Amino acid sequence: MTADKHVEVQDLRLAYGTKEVIHGITFDIYHNEIFGVIGPAQSAKTSLLRCLNRTIDFSAGANVSGTIKVDGEDVRKVKDLYGLRRKIGMVAPLPVGLPISIYDNVAFAPRCAGMTRKSELESIVEQCLRQAALWDEVKDRLDSLGTKLSGGQQQRLTIARALSHQPEILCLDEFSIAIDPVTTMRIEDVLKELRKDMTIILVTNLTQQARRLADRTMFLWNGEIIELNKNDVIFGEKPKDKRTYEYVMGIFG
Amino acid sequence: MSADATKRFTETPLVRRKYREEAIAKWIFFAMSAAMIVPLLLILGYLIERAWPSLNLSFIVDVPIRGMKEGGVWPAFIGTIYLVFISLAVSAPIGILAAIYLNEYAKDNWFNRIINLAVINLAGVPSIVHALFGLGAFVYAAKFGYSIISASLTLAIMTLPVIIASTRESLASVPRSFREACWNVGATRWQTIKAVVLPNSISGILTGVILQVSRAAGETAPIMFTGAVFFKAVQKGDLFPYHLNEQCMALSMHLYTLSTQVPGVKESIPFATAVVLLGLVLAVNAAAITLRVWLRNRKKW
Repeated sequence: MTADKHVEVQDLRLAYGTKEVIHGITFDIYHNEIFGVIGPAQSAKTSLLRCLNRTIDFSAGANVSGTIKVDGEDVRKVKDLYGLRRKIGMVAPLPVGLPISIYDNVAFAPRCAGMTRKSELESIVEQCLRQAALWDEVKDRLDSLGTKLSGGQQQRLTIARALSHQPEILCLDEFSIAIDPVTTMRIEDVLKELRKDMTIILVTNLTQQARRLADRTMFLWNGEIIELNKNDVIFGEKPKDKRTYEYVMGIFG
Repeated sequence: MSADATKRFTETPLVRRKYREEAIAKWIFFAMSAAMIVPLLLILGYLIERAWPSLNLSFIVDVPIRGMKEGGVWPAFIGTIYLVFISLAVSAPIGILAAIYLNEYAKDNWFNRIINLAVINLAGVPSIVHALFGLGAFVYAAKFGYSIISASLTLAIMTLPVIIASTRESLASVPRSFREACWNVGATRWQTIKAVVLPNSISGILTGVILQVSRAAGETAPIMFTGAVFFKAVQKGDLFPYHLNEQCMALSMHLYTLSTQVPGVKESIPFATAVVLLGLVLAVNAAAITLRVWLRNRKKW
């Protein structure tokens, strides 16, 4: 069972200055599952992801304790931090097309990792754009700027960029808040494909999205785990905690 | 009731007052904006009118003759160009690189807060104080003597904090989300700066640097103490008349000496000197604006 754990979080605490926002949470994420994280605003969902790929280091005054292990390796002790970040694909809530060409947007990460062969780069760019369901729309204008795409296209570009470094874990942080329902459904289909190759952490405000996609879902509230369970329990008639039921049903604040 | 409904958007006293206030506000703001160009036009018009008898291209390339009572401003013109370019060649790289460190790398700790404080305060130090510092540091302590190099370094110290401040501002205008997107895919800070931050802030950075040209060209006090000289014999139109360890003439200093120290100068010559100085500064500013427009058109979001 241990071998199957992809991410292990042990008593993780995070404080910004003196204000603790994650109060010692412990959970595991298994290989190739879609792991849903739901919870209201301010429940430290995004901070959790930032701890995982250590971009939390960029926040002044952030103080992390406890351990996060990826494949058994403590993320705070890794020797190759940039390698760790490449292993984890990250999609932010708001689409970010970098102000470079579409091609460069996707080729950026491989280039940062030292890949220079044009043929390799081209095949990665095409493959990632295809995976993100964007290839057909942009294949004739790979030279135009990433920032000139529409919001939904930019979000798919962001996903393509997150895939470009061949991650083993893909984190999606409320990826659908800036895009329309049709595009959302297309990306959800993409995710169902991708789970064959990687573990997906899906942070979402839409409980129905977690219900549709996830295998297990964690309900975070104010930096604590209220409940972590299989989807049919969380979204069923009798989750363990009454608050889960109320939140999922939309009764609760 | 229906008759009232058709007149829902009629003028009431409140509405009339709103329109009136709107018109007054707009007029005041416009008048203040227009008032800005009046002094500029007046200064330019007055200077050019007084300078007219001496104003022609040969005035720039001629050397002063008859104890500076007649002739042109070439030694001062080329001296100013020397001073400005050498000082910026020193201060621009240091300033830009320091600003990149402060904005992109520096954590918010006491050391960097002190650097920030120092930058802000240095920018507010009067130029005469910089002059004294330059005199002590470069002329005497570093033994450069009264020379172009001392004067340029003094000007560099003077322009440095402003370059740092303006560069930081342009860097800060690049959205943080771009940086985070790069970090998330495993880019180092330097890779991020190279690929995304610098290409999108370079227009603002260059504009900030070029605007310091006018400041360096116009200052008199720092160079008067450290390297500018009353008179220096130079060939007409000679592009490299000075060695770096020599003193040089400069337009601002020349203007000061012509106006106050030399009796019997032809009346239009100081004005013509002022026009040349102003023209140099305006030309540089125009170049800065052109560059900014050109780079902004290539701006990418």
